[in-house]
Amino acid sequence: MQSQLMKILQEAKEQLQMASSILEAEDIRVKVLGKKGQLTEILRSMGSLSPDERKDFGKAANNVRAEIESLLEETFTAMKEHQKADKFIKEKIDVTEPGTKINLGVKHPITITIDEISRIFMSMGFSIAEGPEVETVFNNFDALNAPKNHPSRDMTDTFYITENTLLRTQTSPVQARTLMKENPPIKIISPGRCFRCDTADATHSPMFHQVEGLNVDEGITMADLKGTLNSFAKQLFGSRVKTKFRPHYFPFTEPSAEMDVSCFKCGGAGCRFCKGSGWIEILGCGMVHPNVLKVGHVDTEKYTGFAFGMGVERIALLKYEIDDIRLLYENDMRFIQQFK
Amino acid sequence: MLVPIDWLKEYTDIKVDVDLFCERMIMSGSNIETVERYGEGIENVVVGRIVDIEKHPDADKLLVTQIDIGEEALLQIVTGATNIFEGAYVPVVLHGGKLPGDKVIKKGRLRGVESNGMLCSPGELGFEDKVIPVALKDGIWILDKEYPLGQDIVEALGLKNSVVDFEITPNRPDCLSMIGMGREAAATFGGTLKYPETECQKEEGKAKDYIEIEIKKPELCRRYVGRIVKDVKIEQSPWWLQKRLIYSGMRPINNIVDITNYVMLEYGQPIHAFDIRDIADSKIIVDTAEEGEVFTTLDGTERKLTGNMLLIKDGKRGVAIAGVMGGLNSEIKEDTATILIEAANFSGDSIRATSKKLALRTEASSRFEKGIDPNLCETAADRVCKLIELLGAGTVIKGAVDVYPTKLDNDAVTVRIDRINNILGTDLSGKEMEEILESLEMGVSRLGNTMKVTPPTIRQDLQEEIDIVEEIARIYGYDKLPVTLPKGNAEAKKSRERSLRDRARELMTAMGANEIQTYSFVSPKGVDNVRIDEDSWERNFVRLINPLGEENSVMRTILTPNMMEVLGRNYSRNISSVKAFEIGNTFFKNLDEEVALPDERDSMAIGCYGEGESFFTLKGMLEELFASLGIRGTVYVPESDYGVYHPGRCARINYKDTELGIMGEVHPDVAEKYGIGTRVYCCELAFDQVIRHADTTKFYKPLPKYPAISRDIALLVKEEVYVAEIESIIKEIGGKLLESVSLFDVYRGKQVQEGRKSAAFALKYRAADRTLTDEEVVKVHQKVLDALKEKLDAVLREM
Repeated sequence: MQSQLMKILQEAKEQLQMASSILEAEDIRVKVLGKKGQLTEILRSMGSLSPDERKDFGKAANNVRAEIESLLEETFTAMKEHQKADKFIKEKIDVTEPGTKINLGVKHPITITIDEISRIFMSMGFSIAEGPEVETVFNNFDALNAPKNHPSRDMTDTFYITENTLLRTQTSPVQARTLMKENPPIKIISPGRCFRCDTADATHSPMFHQVEGLNVDEGITMADLKGTLNSFAKQLFGSRVKTKFRPHYFPFTEPSAEMDVSCFKCGGAGCRFCKGSGWIEILGCGMVHPNVLKVGHVDTEKYTGFAFGMGVERIALLKYEIDDIRLLYENDMRFIQQFK
Repeated sequence: MLVPIDWLKEYTDIKVDVDLFCERMIMSGSNIETVERYGEGIENVVVGRIVDIEKHPDADKLLVTQIDIGEEALLQIVTGATNIFEGAYVPVVLHGGKLPGDKVIKKGRLRGVESNGMLCSPGELGFEDKVIPVALKDGIWILDKEYPLGQDIVEALGLKNSVVDFEITPNRPDCLSMIGMGREAAATFGGTLKYPETECQKEEGKAKDYIEIEIKKPELCRRYVGRIVKDVKIEQSPWWLQKRLIYSGMRPINNIVDITNYVMLEYGQPIHAFDIRDIADSKIIVDTAEEGEVFTTLDGTERKLTGNMLLIKDGKRGVAIAGVMGGLNSEIKEDTATILIEAANFSGDSIRATSKKLALRTEASSRFEKGIDPNLCETAADRVCKLIELLGAGTVIKGAVDVYPTKLDNDAVTVRIDRINNILGTDLSGKEMEEILESLEMGVSRLGNTMKVTPPTIRQDLQEEIDIVEEIARIYGYDKLPVTLPKGNAEAKKSRERSLRDRARELMTAMGANEIQTYSFVSPKGVDNVRIDEDSWERNFVRLINPLGEENSVMRTILTPNMMEVLGRNYSRNISSVKAFEIGNTFFKNLDEEVALPDERDSMAIGCYGEGESFFTLKGMLEELFASLGIRGTVYVPESDYGVYHPGRCARINYKDTELGIMGEVHPDVAEKYGIGTRVYCCELAFDQVIRHADTTKFYKPLPKYPAISRDIALLVKEEVYVAEIESIIKEIGGKLLESVSLFDVYRGKQVQEGRKSAAFALKYRAADRTLTDEEVVKVHQKVLDALKEKLDAVLREM
């Protein structure tokens, strides 16, 4: 009987070596180890043996079973691996083919720029205030201390709706609105559309955007103005830029200044963006004129404030090196998609 | 304001080079537009004297000249000039010489005759046409006097000069003068300001004997000073004076005109000179013109005046439009012998109005407009006399006729030292402040914390404490102010409207739409192009009084025309598919337009065309947008009568009691109008209403614990039955146990009877608290089917 066992083992080994598919191997398993398999059969015939013999034979039969099982396992594993390898070869793809297009939409570069500016000022505690595009002459000019005969009030400069209403020429009227509506401390920025009678060309647009800022509180100084805008410039254009404040004149601030940043294109060495000067003018600013604060009935002895305003198009054009402002309002999809 | 540095140096010491000068001037408040450097790029150009002129043997238009350049041999030069004569001193470019613009002159032969250089014109030496004296305009520069022969021309004429163009802000009319800029430079560099000579050595007679002056409109003319000069000799001005005018952008004319211009540039006070022969009754009357009066100005133009224009009259008629331009009837002529010099102060508003109405802007009018100190009149008139004496151009008559009803004195401004420091964030002492103010010629008396500051009358811009703060800040230097951050704590807030607009932009871009931005003012034709009905609200425009053109003449009421224009532009540029959106203001008239502002409402447009786009892709975007903004349960109502859209493919979008907008496939006529040859889908949302209904608060709902049972059904219904009707019945009857119903197929064709369609829905039943039994589902599902059969005649089709 022992020799029968050995024979079964030997045969199984041989057959497994010959097997060429999982199916064949499975057949062999059934033939040998199945309910009616050779090994099962031989164990069934064990009843004729003495207990001692039975014990020995059982042990031997189990050994053979274990060995065949492990052989089967090996065969199955090898075959599966082989199958997988085949599948991989068949399924090889050209990974250099392009990906399936997922088109993410893009915000308009003006929105992107305003969002960026807003994010920086919000991180410094400025809230966002908004005002209408059609404004009163009072809010746009009078409340901002603009002289009655200032040329910017002319019909050649400003679009009028009626004698008393106009398309705002700046976002500054939001300053006036906020001062009239709220009590200090006030800390706002106001992005929005503005309009001036300029025929559209590469550098002019009759409609453009500004971001205005206002901070009125006890103890606000011109040093605070410098600190705030200096921090803004570094966040927007990179920590290496330097700022320069030059005296200037605006009716609604005094002292007034223009802020230049060292050219963020050439680092200040001089290039076409800074016209060789190493500096780029970015915004106008100053300490809020007491006459403007008085419009909002602010106690000018108790409170002081600073204000600033910048042209969004100017910043966008510089930042993205756009050479014609009209591109912004043509809305060519190939243009907008570039700001992904 | 063009400032030649050489001239500026007359008033204050400038020891630094031009670059540093500019840098420091900018930082003290005088911004600079450009710096022009004259006399550069000129080499080997010398003074020569024309000794002999002969005709060119072979060319009618050429002359052969012999030039003495101080060397033994004469230089033969061929020229085409017509204004030269023997004995004239001229600039001569030698062989190899250079002119501005990298022009090199070489010797050669002209029509066979040797030419060893070139005689040159002012233009060739770098001057602009508009400043070159008329006599020299089209010819060789005939020098004003004898210069050493062979001397370098740059040296001889002093051509090396930097001219700085200062940007003068409207608050500083005092800086529209050399003395004004001298004062700024002196304060910037810590120097002193030197005033020009104004006292004549020899004067005769009495001005009063020549002229009588009366101001009839003292509110429009604060002061009128007249001085007289007799025995006037009209000549060319000397080169030093011409040069200063040229570098300042003015063309030299003759000595008297040049002197009046020179003094205007020097003091900022416009001067006019009359030929006294033409002043009837020896009388000057400052009055307003007669309405409709016609007056000929010295440029020979007849101008119709109005009754509020200031006119200088003599005993009989007008002789000058005050502050704008003199009259032809009294101008300086070649044979003028006695002149009246006017230095007057006219109201800026009046001059501005006159100049604007006449469309005549002159150096004088633009200065008066900005405001001039009346205290300058007498000094400036004196300076004119002094220069006439200096040039030997006439005999100055003693005294002035000075009518000055109310003298202008500057009031002292009281300022507080601590207040100034509190505004600037500095810690300056009273003494430091005092020094700064004194450097700007202000009188200062200091007592404890306060200073009484008296600015000179030329500084009419200094009226309040804050004005003085600025003076101190700019001279101290903005760059020296500390850099700090505000101390207060503030919480950054954003309005609900803005947050939701931002959110919508995020959502739209996430869904693949690009944002566009278009003008708020549009053409009224846009609404025609999108087929808006004749009398509908979209045509009730807020109009501009002074638009740039019709295409930007009204404020938009809807965004759709702009959207179509953008889609059309992209289509014409062969962009095969576009998905775009805009969020922006629309404008609506208020009833009481004179006072109230228009209503501005947020609107949103979405537009798309191209492969894969359909009514339902657009609707899908809207559904996702609304869902993300917390608006659930919008109803799409078919609309067949809105001009923009295809009558069978348009829906109004309703939510609760509000219409949120309208969407659809754009009417082919509209698409065609915008040149689009494919189907276009568009929508316009009243975004203010979307904002009103948006609800972005979110609450967690537990995930289902018990299994769902699904039932798919296909229903045969009449074509007219809307899917929404079927769904609403399923939802109503399905009640609490129905978790969801969704359409997954609509079929028309072979197996379906004509005029009917098959709509397939997936229904999902689930209970939150238990596993549903089959019996429960069968019961409710049967009810649903019965209801559909009863209400819509919907028959269950075998799947």
